[in-house]
Amino acid sequence: MIRLGAGTRLFFLILIYSADSFKRIHLIIKEIYFIGVLSLVIIIVSAFFVGMVLGLQGYYTLEKYGSSEAIGVLVALSLVRELGPVVTALLFAGRAGTAITAEIGLMKATEQLSAMEMMAVSPVARIIAPRFWAGIISMPLLASIFSMVGVLGGYLIAVPIIGVDDGAFWSQMQANVDFSNDIIDGVIKSVVFGFACTMIALFEGFDAPPTAEGVSHATTRTVVISSLAVLGLDFVLTSFMFV
Amino acid sequence: MSNNLISIENLSFGYDKNLIHKDINMQFSKGKVSAIMGGSGCGKTTILKLIGGQLAPNSGRVVVEGRVVHEQNRKGIYQLRRKMGMLFQHGALFTDLSVYENVAFPMREHTNLPENIIRDLVLLKLNAVGLRGAHSKMPTELSGGMARRVALARAVALDPDIIMYDEPFAGLDPISMAVICDLIRTLNDALGATSIIVTHDVAETFLFADYIYFVADGVVAAEGSPKKLLASKLPFVRQFIHSEKDGPVPFHIKAPNYRSDLAL
Repeated sequence: MIRLGAGTRLFFLILIYSADSFKRIHLIIKEIYFIGVLSLVIIIVSAFFVGMVLGLQGYYTLEKYGSSEAIGVLVALSLVRELGPVVTALLFAGRAGTAITAEIGLMKATEQLSAMEMMAVSPVARIIAPRFWAGIISMPLLASIFSMVGVLGGYLIAVPIIGVDDGAFWSQMQANVDFSNDIIDGVIKSVVFGFACTMIALFEGFDAPPTAEGVSHATTRTVVISSLAVLGLDFVLTSFMFV
Repeated sequence: MSNNLISIENLSFGYDKNLIHKDINMQFSKGKVSAIMGGSGCGKTTILKLIGGQLAPNSGRVVVEGRVVHEQNRKGIYQLRRKMGMLFQHGALFTDLSVYENVAFPMREHTNLPENIIRDLVLLKLNAVGLRGAHSKMPTELSGGMARRVALARAVALDPDIIMYDEPFAGLDPISMAVICDLIRTLNDALGATSIIVTHDVAETFLFADYIYFVADGVVAAEGSPKKLLASKLPFVRQFIHSEKDGPVPFHIKAPNYRSDLAL
């Protein structure tokens, strides 16, 4: 409970200092590069394989019911509604979240945050808030890229390799994927996951004991708590959005 | 006493009920280099944190330029800190910024100076510590002594009134140590600043400090000029200055009976 309170306090401090961060927009852009752009490789490669697996599994299931043309819808809905935001968030927690926690924890352990404080510069304004907004901005973009690349992976398996009709693949997808119900809900999910993962990573780094062991434990906690939070939040959001 | 820039008055500080400092008093005069000495873990660095407002005392107060530090709000604390520079034990350089950007950091944060002026000032500060030629290096490319000198250049970037040094000689080779000693004195006198050094290095500190406080068991055990302390007959001071392994600070820490521990 104390940690939850401390996390909430940190969140309000971030909001208070966000104006300062937006005045130094180059800091946010730099973090978007580290958190977002450098995560692209793992996101694109994972999305491609997830899309191909969906294409394969979906085709063999749908074929039993004679509706293999619906493979495009299945791949797209699975990715846009669930796998895009969820898998991106899990990969984000593993790649960017751990990096954020370790970096801030080490800055604390090497007194860089104290030095900043002593220079009358708030570490929340200079270090925490830019990373928070970079995470919030990056996550929906990464999830969108994941879904898009996943669909291409599914297409590659379903159309050129298995031989599903090209027109049926795209037209069924166009007809059955709803922009406001499916795509926007997926984006909302990714924003919520971005908030949760970034906030957990920042708090764990900021709260880490300033020792090698402390930073190591904090990094592990970031992955574990973020993953559980993403899966739990996904269930809650899905039950509100699609049920 | 009006010459005192910083006063520590009847200050007690501790975590939970364990007091690290008990009712201590210290005064730091304008333009002087003062040292706080004592064994490891006696709370020397804590005093710097109390002066900088990173910690608040349990009782008593720290007064800097007539303002009680722990009574200031965040804005007030930040205003006070802008008049302070602090050299951390291991430099605490920002590892993602170059040497140049580290020194420019306080200038960029607190002034609206144009880039050409910042450049001149950064090179000026780096030249003062002899590292103008290293401005493009990253902190990881520097030796411990060089990192400490860059951190010193950053600490004096805004020409502070107060410069605090936390163990400035720790882990340095003799040449780097001599360089840092010289820089502390030179920068203090050139800037007309007030310097406080937290250290346990006797030989170096006694060479250039104007006034020394010895802290032991949470109280000020002795104070005075280096000359006065060298002549002191106080057992703790003698043990500390002459590096005697046993004395008021015992070689053995408190432990159960030796024979019973060995089951004899």
